[in-house]
Amino acid sequence: MQTLVVQRMRLTFGISEPLHYASVLDLGRLWERLLRRARVPLAYTQGYNPHPRLQFAAALPVGYTSECELLDLLLAEELEPQTFLAMIAPQLPPGLTVTHAEAIALHAPSPQAGMRAAHYRVSVCTPRSANQVSAALDALLTRTQIMRERHKKGEMRAYDLRPLIDSLTLSGTHGACHTLEMVLRCGQEGSGRPEQIVDALSLDHTDLTIHRCRLTWGDPPEDKA
Amino acid sequence: MQITDAQLRRLLSHVQKPGRYVGGEWNSVRKDWRVARVTLALAYPDLYEIGMSNLGLALLYDIVNKRNDLLAERAYAPWPDMETALREADLPLYSLETHHSLADFDVVGFTLQHELTYTNVLTMLDLGRIPLLASARGSDDPLVIAGGSCTYNPAPMADFIDAFAIGEGEELIVEVLDAVAAWKASAGPAERRRAQLLEQLTQVPGVYVPALYATTYATDGALASIRPRTPSAPPRVCKRIVARLVPVPERPIVPTMEVVHDRAAIEIQRGCSRGCRFCQAGMIYRPVRQRPVEETLTAIDHILANTGYGEVSLVSLSSSDHTGIEELVAQTMARHADQGVSVSLPSLRIDSFSVRLAQMIQSMRKTGFTFAPEAGSQRLRDVINKGVTEDDLMRTAEAVFRSGWNRLKLYFMIGLPTESDDDVLEIARLLRAIRKLGRSVRDRRVQISASVGTFIPKPFTPFQWEPLADHAVVEQRQHMLRSAAQADGIKISWPDWDSTWLEALLSRGDSRLGRVIARVWRAGARFEAWSEHFHPALWRAALAEEGLDPDSCTQRQHDQSETLPWDVIDVGVTRAFLWRERERSLSGELSPDCRETCHGCGIRAAFSRERGVLESDDWGCPA
Repeated sequence: MQTLVVQRMRLTFGISEPLHYASVLDLGRLWERLLRRARVPLAYTQGYNPHPRLQFAAALPVGYTSECELLDLLLAEELEPQTFLAMIAPQLPPGLTVTHAEAIALHAPSPQAGMRAAHYRVSVCTPRSANQVSAALDALLTRTQIMRERHKKGEMRAYDLRPLIDSLTLSGTHGACHTLEMVLRCGQEGSGRPEQIVDALSLDHTDLTIHRCRLTWGDPPEDKA
Repeated sequence: MQITDAQLRRLLSHVQKPGRYVGGEWNSVRKDWRVARVTLALAYPDLYEIGMSNLGLALLYDIVNKRNDLLAERAYAPWPDMETALREADLPLYSLETHHSLADFDVVGFTLQHELTYTNVLTMLDLGRIPLLASARGSDDPLVIAGGSCTYNPAPMADFIDAFAIGEGEELIVEVLDAVAAWKASAGPAERRRAQLLEQLTQVPGVYVPALYATTYATDGALASIRPRTPSAPPRVCKRIVARLVPVPERPIVPTMEVVHDRAAIEIQRGCSRGCRFCQAGMIYRPVRQRPVEETLTAIDHILANTGYGEVSLVSLSSSDHTGIEELVAQTMARHADQGVSVSLPSLRIDSFSVRLAQMIQSMRKTGFTFAPEAGSQRLRDVINKGVTEDDLMRTAEAVFRSGWNRLKLYFMIGLPTESDDDVLEIARLLRAIRKLGRSVRDRRVQISASVGTFIPKPFTPFQWEPLADHAVVEQRQHMLRSAAQADGIKISWPDWDSTWLEALLSRGDSRLGRVIARVWRAGARFEAWSEHFHPALWRAALAEEGLDPDSCTQRQHDQSETLPWDVIDVGVTRAFLWRERERSLSGELSPDCRETCHGCGIRAAFSRERGVLESDDWGCPA
């Protein structure tokens, strides 16, 4: 078993049904197993319980789909990204796609470092018309504070959702379902959850799907929405 | 009907751990329903996390799906939140592979591994839109079958199961499905269709169709007889065995969510030759069959390549009894340790060889050592034919401590036949002696934990006639043990009485318990094996309403000659042998490992045909 690290590979992957029901821990185990099946030369930690060294960018909540997840892998041998992709392709389970792989500097910042926001595309099915939904969005955005509660370490804690919203727009309507584009803060200072926004909009929704489209890093843009 | 993706999404937005209910795992098999002659739902009446750890169901899934004209999918018991969600959405319980309602399958096959899962069978039938009672099913309803270790006493679940598959299912399941296929292709008057199917199933050896048997009771309520109603049904149904272990599934399903045994597992040996008298597995899984070392190693290579697991467990009733175990462990380590793969051995004998084995494998560094002396005194260990001396135990414990472990876990039982207070005090003395030994060997403190179960008499064991110990006696001895063993570094735990009592009742009960099970289920009983859901008062009330006295089953010394509910089943091991072992037990006589001396348990006679196909004597039965 190799413990020496010679390369760091950064992957971009997507999650769709039925894998969107997997938790972050489940995904870690799933990656570990598929990389072993693919016989990727992984670098392992030392000790009685050695495990491969995987780093994800941002935990994808259970039930969300995504096209922009990042995973850093530490390898014990150098591999061309194309070779690597060919090795793992036959081992990807339904619901997992890998769109990009690149070798990055061994000591490059971790994928979590400096993360700023996540862009979500949310489909909400509701009896409300597009105009009503649009009005609800405007009303929400004019508020200076949106107090919500969430579980944190076993207790309910109040927090303000408003500063976590960078932007929130209605981009389309198909029958009873409306597509909302949301850019929400994601990182050290807290992460905005799309379903909390939908709850705050009080749309009496009957169906809800949440898709993560993009993660962004770096300083906030000047003109905040 | 098939659940749509949109229905599934809405349903699962209301439940915890939705990953239990979606399928799509690596190596799961989705086949074309239009091609399958017979469709089978393999149903496990407990949570996904428990059921996915069962090797038997994985084996049947593999065998059935390898046949082009058959199809097997899986279903597990929904946790109460999912049951509520299904009922509110008015949706049926469905299979994980193609999300078909259970009622869509030709056959629904339950595996009964633990008595405390019985009510979940009813939940699954009801949510699957299948009539609960076998007698209420028509020709359009699935055939409901059941197998697994609990079905050696089929009586308590006989109201709900159309046909029991007794014994090893590798060949039997395919024969049952072929019989169903032949029946589907045949014709007959609509009102006779189901009866025809049941009649035809009696022609498959190992199948017990309870509806074709009449049970009578004496005026005092005692079970009098269980006899066939038709000439086609055999008076006794002999369990099925395979002469040698069939190849293991090389593409087992890899669950996405974490399950109880989250690793590759390979059965290296079935059966056990030790003959412990309390142990049902040791009696019902005879004869002993070993998987050859080369075959096992190749299978491990393939399983690991196809799953990517980081741990492989070599499963058997007594791993250190496999004659090639050392080579197996060494070779598995040599071939796979560079991929971060560790080996685990779930059950080890109390001897220094076991300690040497454990030293070879990394995984046990994490988990600590576990042994099962079962009883505290030598007298009582001889009564149960454990075949372990105090000297064995102390020398093994010393080897464990000297090899670097600080933790030792020991399994004991309270309530064994002939037990006295003194026998239980001997457990305390042993624990203290081991602790003292550990402290003298190790610099650090040692941790001894003792799990003290209550003995439950089981069918087809030499103790099948014995009473369950009285609650008051068990409690008194538990507390006596706790105060006698009290010391730093000794921890004692025991199960709650009510679940012991219920398991004892359902293990040896007769078919009148079917009405009790239906009653408690209607009153809301679910998941009895999970303490937060177990309500013993429901059971006591239902027993009273049915006018049944549970003590006559659990607390009574049964007569040698009385009819037992499982007499309709033949496990090869004879009743005469079991009684003989009981008599030897009471006089403290040991019966050594039957690979040394044949004790005439009946297996060789019952399965002479199966044994005849073997080139060499693979079972280890002496000539």
